[in-house]
Amino acid sequence: MANNTNGNNGLNANALRASLEQIAAANGIRRWDLGAACSTDISVQVDRGEAKQMKGAQRSSITVRVWNDEGLVGVTSTSDLTATGLERALSGAKEASAFGNPDDIPAFSPLATAPLAELDQPIHPPQGILRLLETLKEAESDLLSRHAAISTVPYNGLAERNSERLYLNSDGACRQQQLSTASLYLYARAEQTGRKPRSAGAVRLAYGANDLDIGGCISEAAERTISHLNYEPINTGRYTCVFSPEAFLDLVGAFSNLFNARAVLDGVSLSNRNSIGETVAVPFLDIHDNGLHPANIGASAFDGEGTPTKRLALLEGGVLRHFLHSEATARAFGVAPTGHAGLGAKVSVGPDWFEIGATPGSGGGQSGLDRFKAAEPIVWIDSLSALHAGVKASQGSFSLPFDGWLIQNGEPRSIEAATVAGDIRQVLKAIIGFEGDAKVTPDGLCPMVWVEGLSITGEA
Amino acid sequence: MIATAPPDTGRLDHRWTTALEDLLACGRGAGADLVEVFLERTDHLGVLAEQDTITSVTPAFGMGAGIRVFRGHRDGFVSTNDLSPTGLRRALEQALGMLGLEPSLHATSGFDGLPTLRDFAATKSDWLQRCPELQEATARLLEGTDQLQRQGSHLQARRGSYARDWQEVLVAASDGTFGRDIRLHQSVGLNVLAADGEHRAGVGRRYGTSDQPDDLRRWDATSSAAEVCGSAGTMLYADYVEAGQMPAVLANRFGGVIFHEACGHLLETTQVERGTTPFAERVGESIAHEAVTAIDEGLTGGAFGSLSMDDEGMEAQRTVLIQNGVLQRFISDRAGELRTGHSRTGSGRRQSHTFAAASRMRNTYIDAGPHTPEQLIASVEKGLYCKSMGGGSVGPTGQFNFAVEEAYLIENGQLTKPVKGATLIGEAKEVMPRISMCANDLELAAGFCGSVSGSIFVTVGQPHIKVDSITVGGR
Repeated sequence: MANNTNGNNGLNANALRASLEQIAAANGIRRWDLGAACSTDISVQVDRGEAKQMKGAQRSSITVRVWNDEGLVGVTSTSDLTATGLERALSGAKEASAFGNPDDIPAFSPLATAPLAELDQPIHPPQGILRLLETLKEAESDLLSRHAAISTVPYNGLAERNSERLYLNSDGACRQQQLSTASLYLYARAEQTGRKPRSAGAVRLAYGANDLDIGGCISEAAERTISHLNYEPINTGRYTCVFSPEAFLDLVGAFSNLFNARAVLDGVSLSNRNSIGETVAVPFLDIHDNGLHPANIGASAFDGEGTPTKRLALLEGGVLRHFLHSEATARAFGVAPTGHAGLGAKVSVGPDWFEIGATPGSGGGQSGLDRFKAAEPIVWIDSLSALHAGVKASQGSFSLPFDGWLIQNGEPRSIEAATVAGDIRQVLKAIIGFEGDAKVTPDGLCPMVWVEGLSITGEA
Repeated sequence: MIATAPPDTGRLDHRWTTALEDLLACGRGAGADLVEVFLERTDHLGVLAEQDTITSVTPAFGMGAGIRVFRGHRDGFVSTNDLSPTGLRRALEQALGMLGLEPSLHATSGFDGLPTLRDFAATKSDWLQRCPELQEATARLLEGTDQLQRQGSHLQARRGSYARDWQEVLVAASDGTFGRDIRLHQSVGLNVLAADGEHRAGVGRRYGTSDQPDDLRRWDATSSAAEVCGSAGTMLYADYVEAGQMPAVLANRFGGVIFHEACGHLLETTQVERGTTPFAERVGESIAHEAVTAIDEGLTGGAFGSLSMDDEGMEAQRTVLIQNGVLQRFISDRAGELRTGHSRTGSGRRQSHTFAAASRMRNTYIDAGPHTPEQLIASVEKGLYCKSMGGGSVGPTGQFNFAVEEAYLIENGQLTKPVKGATLIGEAKEVMPRISMCANDLELAAGFCGSVSGSIFVTVGQPHIKVDSITVGGR
């Protein structure tokens, strides 16, 4: 566990720096940086009114990088934060540095000491596990009462977390952030005689358990589960599809290598070094990455290298504007780091939180889209499954099971079992328009997205 | 000093007996029916080679404890990185508090102390030292990416990865469990991205063993590269599969993911507890075609999912799940036995100390049958041959899916052109009776399984099998 000298089981940056400086000096290490995290979690699960499992966890870890005398970088992670553990981590990193890649040497981010955005993230004291248990039992009971067919809530959980992370480097950078978050998920299962079981759920996040929209989570889980009871198979064919905000965000996230400078340099992205400025989507689509959005519960003010997080235009008017960068990829492209880095010998890059919507002034494609007033049959894709298996990120193709409805003459009917398949590059150019206002989800902000001509395979 | 040192960081062994007995007695004295302590130390090494360069070397060390307390059918679980006496005591008290229990100075525990340590690790203490040093590991990986370059064409990216996971565990419980083990897993992955204009094919393979310190030295980089490059070359120009219902022949080795996803997860007591398996009340009944016999075991030497003892200290065993189509038993852990009545099978597994053990698969496979693979293919007039499978998943309603990496059409009993983009979907209850033929070429393949207790090392396997009808998603 990290030192307790600040009295709250958190990370004491000054003491940690002093220890590392001492160990580094003793090992002849002059240049280093470090990311550290510690957290305490409690969570509960229930099963038909009884506590199923109650869990607590105290976690701590550090990742340390060192530069050797040849300037090569090595990295080591450890959860052993005793003095022995830290010394072993530093010496391990030094040993690994002999195998550092001379063609791609990470450096300290030039923005590791730049000002950070002020985040409004109230710290909530934990409610305690017994209180969480009672809250979740009530939520489960409420959900079970919403429909006779809802027999169990097999996947559920209510959790609180208090966490802290920091970034230090031997040039004096010091970033530190504390956070408290709470989460609730409820996935109900419904059964009717002679019919297949159906399942759906909902998730809510907040800065504290008191702020969770528990009623909204129950209602959404119930409504979605009930809406899938009256299911039918769908004929295989091509359909115009309406993606829910969650489903479209999942799809864009699965293909985020489009925007990933690391993947571009590695040759596994759908983009290449010259793609900036290319039209890759319909002219009315904007995609921004904005980890600082106020609705992004648990936003980080800085990335793994200490670079401040910021709003970044990825697509504007369907044109690729920027890539996501670490310090090293930014240097390779001659731009500034964007605040999307991890921490490692080879630094990973990833998105934070997407904002997807119409390009201002573009009209946003077809107007007045309403899936319940469509002349043709519409497939409404509510949620995608198995993205880890069904997405070929570097090929652009996907074939994914989904939950959703076939809407004919304004009447939605749940689809028994089906897959949707396509190519992300074609999808981005086959967007017809948007329906409704953008919705806040845990992964970003997005409206309903209409896409024409997607291949649907059903069991009919 | 950044944190308090544990009693002994050098080794998890009998020197922990007194400290563990104190914890177990404290928990029992507070009123717990059973207390279990899981201690762990880990030493991980990851190496990545891209094109002809080592681009990442990532050592990682870990240690921690997971303490689980049972009272009635309920349990509380707390994990911590702090192995000091104070840290472990704090974790125990938190776990007790979850069940409304408090330690008492005056209570008698009824706990008689731990027996002699059952040391499964006695012959394994030098395993870590016998693994390749970094220099050797990086050289072998570069040999792999070099072979990819020699044997492949249109390769835009070549990647080799090596992972060595060493884990030492000590499990003590107030029912007299006291066991120690060392686990060693090594795996090598080769991946390529072939590209030619608009044509692209990404292909990857992973090869893995447990308890074989020399595994990387024995790895055949040439044949592995040939397998990956051959598949990429075939799939680069393949058309997308035509979707629909059709018969399918699934190749051996990683084809076993169909049983893992379609049925294996539904035979875990975790699913019985949740009420999410259709097989809960069907022991002794036919749930699959009579051609199907399925096994889950932890005994096969060197297999990725093998283990000397599970993460609850129970020795591994061979568990016949389905015999000639008839359901025999479930895969069960301690909590599963307590809550469902299905006796433990040495299947309590967890990724690390941060997870409570749960009933999880080990080496899971469909047993060999009497046919040849050619006979299976010849029996299909029009269908799909799935030579290589990707990952998959199963949902709360038993609906499963998995991706096909390399596939061919079967036309008039013959393999014809390659096709890509296939996803197989279905429901266990419906697909198991449709596995109508099994070939005589059972083989196993290494993989990872993610579920309630984290990501664990497993083996899937099967001979070639024929499924009479399955939904193939595609374009």
